[in-house]
This record gives sequence, structure tokens and C-alpha cells, in this order.
Amino acid sequence: MGFLPNFGVWWDAFQASPAGWVAWTVGHILLITVVLLLTIAFVIYGDRKIFAGVQARKGPNVVGPFGLLQSFADLGKFLIKELVIPAGADKAVFLLAPLISVTLALGAWAVMPIAPGWSVSNINVGVLYLFAVSSLGVYGIIMGGWASNSKYPFLGALRSAAQMVSYEVSIGFVMITVILLAGTLNLNEITKAQDGGIWHWFMFGGGPNWQTNWPLLLVMFPMGVIFFISGLAETNRPPFDLPEAESELVAGYAVEYGSTPYMLFYLAETSNIVLMSGLMAVLFLGGWHAPWPEGYLAAWPAWLASLHGLVFYAIKTFFVFFMNAMVRSIVPRYRYDQLMRLGWKVFLPTSLVAVFIVSGWLVYTGMGA
Amino acid sequence: MLGRIGQALKGAAMLDFIGAFGLGMKYMIAPKKTVQFPHERNPQSPRFRGEHALRRYPNGEERCIACKLCEAICPAQAITIEAEPREDGSRRTTRYDIDMVKCIYCGLCQEACPVDAIVEGPNTDFSVETREELYYDKAKLLDNGDRWEREIAKNLELDAPYR
Repeated sequence: MGFLPNFGVWWDAFQASPAGWVAWTVGHILLITVVLLLTIAFVIYGDRKIFAGVQARKGPNVVGPFGLLQSFADLGKFLIKELVIPAGADKAVFLLAPLISVTLALGAWAVMPIAPGWSVSNINVGVLYLFAVSSLGVYGIIMGGWASNSKYPFLGALRSAAQMVSYEVSIGFVMITVILLAGTLNLNEITKAQDGGIWHWFMFGGGPNWQTNWPLLLVMFPMGVIFFISGLAETNRPPFDLPEAESELVAGYAVEYGSTPYMLFYLAETSNIVLMSGLMAVLFLGGWHAPWPEGYLAAWPAWLASLHGLVFYAIKTFFVFFMNAMVRSIVPRYRYDQLMRLGWKVFLPTSLVAVFIVSGWLVYTGMGA
Repeated sequence: MLGRIGQALKGAAMLDFIGAFGLGMKYMIAPKKTVQFPHERNPQSPRFRGEHALRRYPNGEERCIACKLCEAICPAQAITIEAEPREDGSRRTTRYDIDMVKCIYCGLCQEACPVDAIVEGPNTDFSVETREELYYDKAKLLDNGDRWEREIAKNLELDAPYR
């Protein structure tokens, strides 16, 4: 773990022992989870503030200084509310659904390269893992919609399933273009492939061999935009929030939910939004790398260098999230057929062509990894 | 054909989104329109028709002469008046009730009143917890009049040139 100062020999021995490894890993997971949950609390606050700002409103500003503690007040409210389970609902599935949602949403963070040495699990197929976990996320929504035994939640869940499946296809192809350029499925390696400045970022077609690959900017920049938009659809964010379209389905799959289960659904949703923003930062915006060459980091102690990385990762994630919130504020909701048209008839062919172009380019120039 | 391609390219360039983004940012730095209600309030017209009040003359004599014009004109029939001569021979009400649940706040009672006795004041904060509390009697209305006299007199004066 590169982000801690060197404590000496006893620390290495502790980490090497099985008990020490378990204790260390659990502590690491807890640390990441707690920081993540705090981040989500403030992300929700930021989302509401941005949404309010665009509408010339003030937004939450009562709880705490500038309303910063609003999310914690909401948390308290959700926790002490009465839990109502509809009479016709399947109790077990009804309560299991939000748990599945939130578990998968938090579990996805295991492979996220937050900063050098910070990811809990540095697995070789990180992209595949993320893809699998975010695909499973639809189960929480489907189960919630079905177990409510009510019309609107069921319709919302059906929409959600169709929407997520549609957009996952194009997200997959967009990810493949990045994987082709990086030559690895490991998220840490993908980040490292974008080291050395803004022209190495995959959004600008660079990668390690940017001298040859820079013309791919024409392909990779639209791919980044498609990834961002598909991410909106994947996380049920406006303008693709049809599963919970309040003007049509009241609150979609969450209609029958209240109290803590409802909070868990929304925690999962916000976590997924932050995850998608983070993933966008990692795949296209160079992850933890600064937008300039980072040669000076070699002289820094490891923990300071990793903190440097963390700051840049956070800035990029927040930037993507800010765009996300702005889209929510200014773009009207898509009709369902428009959503499907965009997914299947625009994004899928475009990303498919992009995969051909990128792989063809790599073979032609001999730059394939 | 070319038109469709041009349209597709225009859509792909997301010019609409960029424009809307600029507009959104403009409003984000613009002064906020929020009125933080319990602490701030929107300005109110002198003609505002809020809670009713029965006014008095400066010497403390109640204005109402029990002509029952307000009772007659009230479209919701919310006003009930009973009257008989007082000991000094002047005609006064013995009962003046307004059912605030029936009242539609049209202001016709105020228009009908020849002595500016019944008026609708500027007060809007008179929510109560039971329906019974909204059956105002004479004492309650006179009390309102005493409490809001300053504002009511000012509003009547401001509105007088337009009547």
C-alpha cells in the first residue's frame, strides 16, 4: 500500500502474516467505504445545489453552514421513518432488493484505482469486473419493482432493465476501444498508460504511443462523449430517468419503498453515478494523473505522491459529476422510443465502427499492444 | 438526404446542449430568486385581501352600523348578522359571525361596507388546527381590527386614490 509512510520492519511483518493481511484489507475496505459514503453525502448536496443554481434558486442552505449537513439530516429522517411493507408484496424479495443494489454499488469500488496503490483489489480483469457488477445492478431494481406487487414499480423496473441492457452494449464497445489502446483490462494499468500529460489521455486518442496515435482523437473524443451519455442512461440519470419518471410513473420502481430501503436504493444510485464519473475519469481522463508530465513526483515521498494522485482523481471525478448534474438540470427527459433509438441506432453502430477503426489503426501502425 | 446528414451532424455536435450549458452557468452566477419565506416575504399589494377585521373609530366606537349590506352581498353566504338598538339608541350588531371556511376572500363585503367597518387586512398567517377556530365571531373580528388597525389604515389610504 503506497499511501502510508514506511513504519519499519514490524509493519512489513504484520502485513505479511495472514491475520495481518485480513485486518489490513478489512481496514482498507472500511476506510474506502466510509470515505465513499461521506463523498456521496456531499455529492447529493452538490447535485441539489447545482440543480438549484441553474434554476436561480438557493438550494439546501439551512442545515449546517451553507446547508452542508443536509444529507445527514436526510439520513436521520430516513432512518427513523416507519418501514411500510405493502400487504401484497413479497416480503423477502422486497427487502432484499435494496440490499442487493447497495451491495453491488459499493462492491464495484473494489477495483477503482483511486490513487497509486489505493485500489482494494488490483485484479487483472478490473474492467470486466466493473462491467459484471454494474450489469448485476439491474437485479436490485427488477426485484424491487416485481416484489412491490404494484403497477408503476413493475413498469419502472421493466423500463430500467431494457434501458440498462441497451446502453451496456454501447458502453462495452466504448470500453473496448480504450482497452485496445491500453492493451490491458487492469484499471491500474489503464491509468498508468495515460501517464505523462493531457495528450496521453485516451479522451484525446493518445495513450503511451501518442506520437503515432494522436489522429485517433477524432474517434476517441466522441467515444468519451458516448461513454458519458451511456453512463447517464446506465445510472438512470436524467435525461434518461424513465424508470423513475415522476410525471409518468410517480417514482418508478421505488414507489412502494420508504424509510431505510428507499434510502439504500438512492444510496446505490448515487454511488453508481459517482462510480460512472470515476470510471470516465479513469478510462478517458487519465485517472490519477495530472494533466502535465509528472517527472517531479519521483522526488516526492510515496504517500505524498499518492495524495497528489488522489487530488487529481477527485477533481476529474467531480468534473464529470458536475457535467452530469448540469445535464440533469438543462436537458429534458427523453421519450422511451427516443431513448431506444439513441441506444440502438446511434450509439451502437457508432461505437462498433469506432472499435473497427481503432483496431484497424493499431494493426496498420503496428502499435497494438 | 444532405439535409438529414446535416441535421445528424448538428445533433452530434450538441450545439443545443452547449448553448443550454452556457445559459445554465449564467443563471448559476446570477442573483438567486429564492425568497426564504418565514424570514423573508414577497411584497404585498395594499389591495391584498387577507384575514377579515372589524374596525373602530379613533374614539373606540365600533364602525359597524349593522346595515347588513355585507351579509346580503356575500356570495358564499359566510356572514351572519343579528342587530338591535343599543341602550343609547344607536343601531349596532349583537352578533357578527364570519365562517372563514365558507369565505372565498372576494372582498365584496369590504366593497359594500358604507363605513369601512369590515375590511380584509394584510394578514395571511391565521392557520389553525381545528375547523371550529375558523368560525370567527364579533369579538375575534374586533380584536383583529385592533391588532391590524395601523396596517389596514395605511393600505386603505394608499388605495383610496383608485376608488
